[in-house]
Amino acid sequence: MTKNSKLSKIYIILIFIFLYAPMAVTMVYSFNGTESTYVMSGLSTQWYLKLFHDNATMNALKNTIILAVVSAAISTVFGTMAAVGINNMRNKYLKSAVMTTTNIPMMNPEIVTGISMMLLFVFAGALLHKKDVLGFTTLLIAHITFELPYVILSILPKLKQTDICIYEAAQDLGCHPLKAFFKVVFPEIRPGIVSGAIMAFTLSLDDFIISYFTNGPSFQTLPIHIFSMTKKRVKPDMYALSTIIFVIIFILLILMNIAQVKSEKNKKKKKSGEMDL
Amino acid sequence: MKKIFAIVLSMIILASALAFPVSAYDYLDYSQETIDYYKNLGLQGTTINVYNWGEYISDEDIDVVREFEHLTGISVNYTTFESNENMYSKIVGGGVSYDIIIPSDYMVEKLINEGMLEKIDYSNIPNYDNYYDKEKYGYLTDTTINDEKVSDYAIIYNVGTTILIYNTKYVKEKPDSWTVMWDEQYKGKVLMFNNPRDSFAIAQFILGQSLNTTDPDEWDAAAALLKEQKDKVSPSYVMDEVFVDMESGDYYLAAYYAGDYELMHENNPDLDYVLPKEGVNSFYDAFLIPNSTQNKAGAEAFINFMLEPEIALANAEYIYYATANKSVIENEDYSLAESKAVYPDPEDIANAQVFHDLPTETLQYMNTLWTKVKGENNANSIYIVSLICLIAIAAIIVVTLLRKRKMRKYYKV
Amino acid sequence: MKKSSFVQTVLNSPYIIWSAIFVIVPLLMVIYYAFTNESGDFSLNNIIEIKDYASTFLLSVGYGAVATFICLILAYPFAYFLSHSGASFQRMSIMLVMLPMWMSFLIRTYSWMTILGDSGLINRFLGLFSIGPAAMLNTPQAVILGMVYNFLPYMILPLYTVISKMDGSLIEAAQDLGCGKLQTLKKVVLPLSVPGIASGVTMVFVPSVSTFYITQKLGGGQITLIGDVIEGQFQTAYNYNLGAALSLVLMVMILICLGVLGYFTDDKDDGGVLM
Repeated sequence: MTKNSKLSKIYIILIFIFLYAPMAVTMVYSFNGTESTYVMSGLSTQWYLKLFHDNATMNALKNTIILAVVSAAISTVFGTMAAVGINNMRNKYLKSAVMTTTNIPMMNPEIVTGISMMLLFVFAGALLHKKDVLGFTTLLIAHITFELPYVILSILPKLKQTDICIYEAAQDLGCHPLKAFFKVVFPEIRPGIVSGAIMAFTLSLDDFIISYFTNGPSFQTLPIHIFSMTKKRVKPDMYALSTIIFVIIFILLILMNIAQVKSEKNKKKKKSGEMDL
Repeated sequence: MKKIFAIVLSMIILASALAFPVSAYDYLDYSQETIDYYKNLGLQGTTINVYNWGEYISDEDIDVVREFEHLTGISVNYTTFESNENMYSKIVGGGVSYDIIIPSDYMVEKLINEGMLEKIDYSNIPNYDNYYDKEKYGYLTDTTINDEKVSDYAIIYNVGTTILIYNTKYVKEKPDSWTVMWDEQYKGKVLMFNNPRDSFAIAQFILGQSLNTTDPDEWDAAAALLKEQKDKVSPSYVMDEVFVDMESGDYYLAAYYAGDYELMHENNPDLDYVLPKEGVNSFYDAFLIPNSTQNKAGAEAFINFMLEPEIALANAEYIYYATANKSVIENEDYSLAESKAVYPDPEDIANAQVFHDLPTETLQYMNTLWTKVKGENNANSIYIVSLICLIAIAAIIVVTLLRKRKMRKYYKV
Repeated sequence: MKKSSFVQTVLNSPYIIWSAIFVIVPLLMVIYYAFTNESGDFSLNNIIEIKDYASTFLLSVGYGAVATFICLILAYPFAYFLSHSGASFQRMSIMLVMLPMWMSFLIRTYSWMTILGDSGLINRFLGLFSIGPAAMLNTPQAVILGMVYNFLPYMILPLYTVISKMDGSLIEAAQDLGCGKLQTLKKVVLPLSVPGIASGVTMVFVPSVSTFYITQKLGGGQITLIGDVIEGQFQTAYNYNLGAALSLVLMVMILICLGVLGYFTDDKDDGGVLM
């Protein structure tokens, strides 16, 4: 038994080495003293300094965060509304049609989603005689569109667990439907909304393929910028950027993990408290 | 859960704080005259979209875009492309507007031909008369396309030739012909252009064709030669990745642009170059203003700024291509004036050819041939492996299905 | 009753309109472009031209299948072992599996070039024992490696979710009834994890088939998959019509694959297994 569990631990660790080897490499090379991404000679932090002085990169980072925050916020609100609506849908055919449509952006290859949206935007731009239609707005629309299904699908299961009777009871007792929703349904589905929002945020941060087809010169995101950087001579400043992103996400995940553990402990305490009563 | 939000939020704030670093950039000193000229244009607060080749503007010690923004108050959205076709697709595809594009010769002709460009107002570019090397390069744009003078639309930025770069450590004998890229002893060590026109040109030189032939049979022959190369030496098709690949010594032979050789040579002294006897492609890249422009005055200010002596020098020192700005060549500080790769002797490039715009059918035919040259994979093993995997997956699915059927039967019983 | 149906309309209609405009209409645009020529007239040329790319389609499916298969083989034991480890180890491990998904896959793919290149880390290590250099970059294997590396977490997560949620009493019952470890795995655990396998396979297969960045970087432009061809039609060849036709075929092909998969696995969950 112990031998087996040891072997399984070793296997798990091997997979982790596979997953993290490239990241370790980027981290080490980000401190390279020379320009090479092959030969390590000397240590320095010059690439980090350089990165902070690189306007284009910093601008792209700012754009990425703006886009991720705005698109995640809109798709969360929108997705919550849609999830509630879909959950209450009585018409079976309409419901399955809506669910199928919701699944399309998730199932379709990203390249097809990106291309199809680009064709729409270009076509609309030609109709409206707008020369520079591709930009922040089109990126925002594209991002919202591919984030929505994830938000909806992380809220729907929670909604299904919610007892609709309580909501109706609240209304019967004279609550305005909106108020009833926020008082009764919202607390129940909040975990779904939060995880949907986080997922939307991270999906937007990391998206390259869809952005690649729908971006314009006036609004470049970080993945697009990185793409054009890897088309050129790659210097360790890109590795420095990757290391910074890694560290930020790592810290974020650890904090989230701690928060989760704490909230679970609280729940347990509450539950045991209720039992005592 | 509130905490998570707080954390996410604080991370965002932290990240945005990082996004506005204190910069320690020293701007160049300009003459008062220059400062006044750009100030008086009154273009402060406007924007221009510049679309340029990758690594084709100085952005290190002297950050040209930043200098321009500082001097004129125009903000620049600077993006890059990796091939003329890449740029053309974006421009024609619609949905984007650019104010400055910097493509090469044949693409310039194509864009003029299709009426995609605005005429440049030379009165807005005073530096043209002062610094542009008309005697040496004027002939390149003194041609007409569809009764339109090329020079009405294009001001040359840089000129250059293609070149054969090789690593003296591995290629012992100095090659003199493009055919060395077909030599089987360099299998897997050859780099070709990842764009059809430049790659076909190499085959066309070997076959002694004109680079601008419209005869499908000639294109077929060139494609067959490239296919033969793919089968023999399986070259990698790259663009700017060539720097890393050649500098690291991973590859022995590469066809690329002359100026880039000097850049690679600095990082790997084992590299040498040759102008193959069959001929080389001589090219120029020029500033153009597409008709989707929304700030023509800003675009002209940009062209004028790029011709300023100190800016042109910075660019020439960064890009390593031959500049069409005579103030640079006359400048004593210019380090490349003696480079024979960048400024070859006229007799060495006597049989150089220039690309011209090709008819659409020819281009499409070339593209189809190119996709076929690149696309047909000769790795048969992958088919076999994939077949096995597909069968395995199908088997798993069928077994699961059968088991499910069985289970269902049990349940029914 | 009337009131609530009004509320429902208010809630639903924006989303329905949004998905109609930005999900359905774009797909119609793809179909429109696929069946027209440059000047906008109806034409079947693009569809006919697709036959030239049949081998590329086949090759893409092949690469996708190989990558998916390897992912499955690697991920299943991982998910199984992990779900039988301690709770805190599980939590930490899952976090570590998810982390790479949040990072730019461009940089992660690129850094494999540093590892695999002829003067890369592995070859320099081999060089210490005077072996090599072995050509690893720009080979089909490198492309497969890139796919497996990039999409492995998408296989691990659904598998882990399914296996860890499995009812332990079923396994105990099997063991009580005299099943050995292997038999339990074969008769109970594997069949019960089919939904996880299905969604994992989907999440790896679809992006693998349609990728273009991985082939460009790790395949050195020598291996052209359908994603590369489509990207080329839009980004360099300016042939939107052919590009749209190819995308249409790719989409239909993938939807058929998914449909078959869904049929065989009776996967009725609403994507709950995904995360």
